[in-house]
Amino acid sequence: MIGIIDYGMGNLRSVQKAFEALDAQAEILTSPEQAPQVDRLVLPGVGAYADGMANLTRLGWPAAIRDFAATGKPLLGICLGMQLLVESSQEGAASPDEPVKGLGILPGRVVRFTCDAPPLRLKVPHMGWNTLRWDRPDPLLAGLPQDCAVYFVHSYYVTDVPDDVASAWCDYGGPFCATLWRDNIWATQFHPEKSQRVGLHMLRNFTQVDTLIGQA
Amino acid sequence: MSVLQFAALLTHRIIPCLDVKDGRVVKGVNFVQLRDAGDPVEIARKYDAAGADELVFLDISASHEGRAIMRDVVRQVAEQCFMPFTVGGGIRTIEDVTNLIQAGAEKVSINTAAVVNPQIITQTAQRFGRCATVVNIDPKRVPATEFFEHRRALGLPVEGAWRTSDGRTITADEATDQDVIFEVHTHGGRKPTGLEATDWAKQVVELGAGEVILTSMDADGTKDGYDLEMTGAVAAVIDVPVVASGGCGSPEHMRQVLTQTRADAALAASIFHYGTYSIHETKAYLAQAGLPVRMVEAV
Repeated sequence: MIGIIDYGMGNLRSVQKAFEALDAQAEILTSPEQAPQVDRLVLPGVGAYADGMANLTRLGWPAAIRDFAATGKPLLGICLGMQLLVESSQEGAASPDEPVKGLGILPGRVVRFTCDAPPLRLKVPHMGWNTLRWDRPDPLLAGLPQDCAVYFVHSYYVTDVPDDVASAWCDYGGPFCATLWRDNIWATQFHPEKSQRVGLHMLRNFTQVDTLIGQA
Repeated sequence: MSVLQFAALLTHRIIPCLDVKDGRVVKGVNFVQLRDAGDPVEIARKYDAAGADELVFLDISASHEGRAIMRDVVRQVAEQCFMPFTVGGGIRTIEDVTNLIQAGAEKVSINTAAVVNPQIITQTAQRFGRCATVVNIDPKRVPATEFFEHRRALGLPVEGAWRTSDGRTITADEATDQDVIFEVHTHGGRKPTGLEATDWAKQVVELGAGEVILTSMDADGTKDGYDLEMTGAVAAVIDVPVVASGGCGSPEHMRQVLTQTRADAALAASIFHYGTYSIHETKAYLAQAGLPVRMVEAV
């Protein structure tokens, strides 16, 4: 059974339905007490970082997520969920020196795309289908070709990621980290549940990710 | 830091737009092998399979009941199509926005309500993020003299300098019938707002819009191509994604708007619905012309 954390940040139904379309059972978890009962845990989410962290804290999720991660069972963060897994974010920070604290389960910090660097005038949010490249085999990506396209919609991204945690990269005004992987923890900046066949392939990999390690 | 070399850029999105009235797709969709040409969920599934990058649903229901049905349509699409989609039309309040997002819409597109009550843009962005907040802007070319009459009639000031369609700036006193202004309209181009399109675009982004769908009321329905001048003018002044809309009759029109303006995505309705061009043909044409597009991979 896959558990999807409901902490009031966006619609979780598409994540649930995507797993169901793959014949994987997924239930929406409304309480951290349910976490030990699932084999796999997903932290999805869209919206503001500080709201996301405040909601998780208010509902008692941070300890439950850390405990789950410590069991070695697979954990997947999606979009805001990826950003919450790392140490901190500039989003909503009172000053650059006082970033909003995240769960700190993976190393990294969240910063905004800068749109004023000439000659690019990068548009923010980064919205649409962009391609992935990777140079270390990640079981979440097993069976997918390099340069496969996935759907992104975000204004912030994770940086300062060690090489053994960064997995796939994407290019938007420069390379940024699109997926993270360490041990039993995965994270994607894009939305696999909105990325058609490529995304569903990754979610299927997640349902059997333990058996794919070492094969990718 | 990655030293990987990237072959591709962020791709241009090709977006079919579906008009939905009381839960049924209108303006006809002429796909082969479609059991029910009016069923938005089935049509969405077809476009999903065909490799459309995103869908826009425009609810044109006039009634309260029609909009309630739309929420159900959104719920079903979200459960069956694993692709991004935007829902617009008939959004008046933050409650309407909340209902659609909770039903599973990725993004909501606000049009008339944004003009009447600009705070709804900020409320939507605060509650659901900029990334979910889309504003529809529907400009139409009007003689500058008429534009200033509209502003006066609406009690809006006319002082200052105003952008003309050819990129000059004029004052109300200098305006002649030869000068043209891109004036934002609502109600399908029938109702002038007194807002100049580039000014309004900057304002909606400041208020919290994360994307703009820009529909030319002059080009819409003509199939003569997008209004390149208007799209170029508006896309030049904002740094959020812009979806060009109105007038598409061929993949070449898409190529023009995607190469000659800063538009990121191209929306079309009838060329796809009537099967004049498939999504695949369209993207193959654009790829051939050297544009970054997502060709659907076999997994």
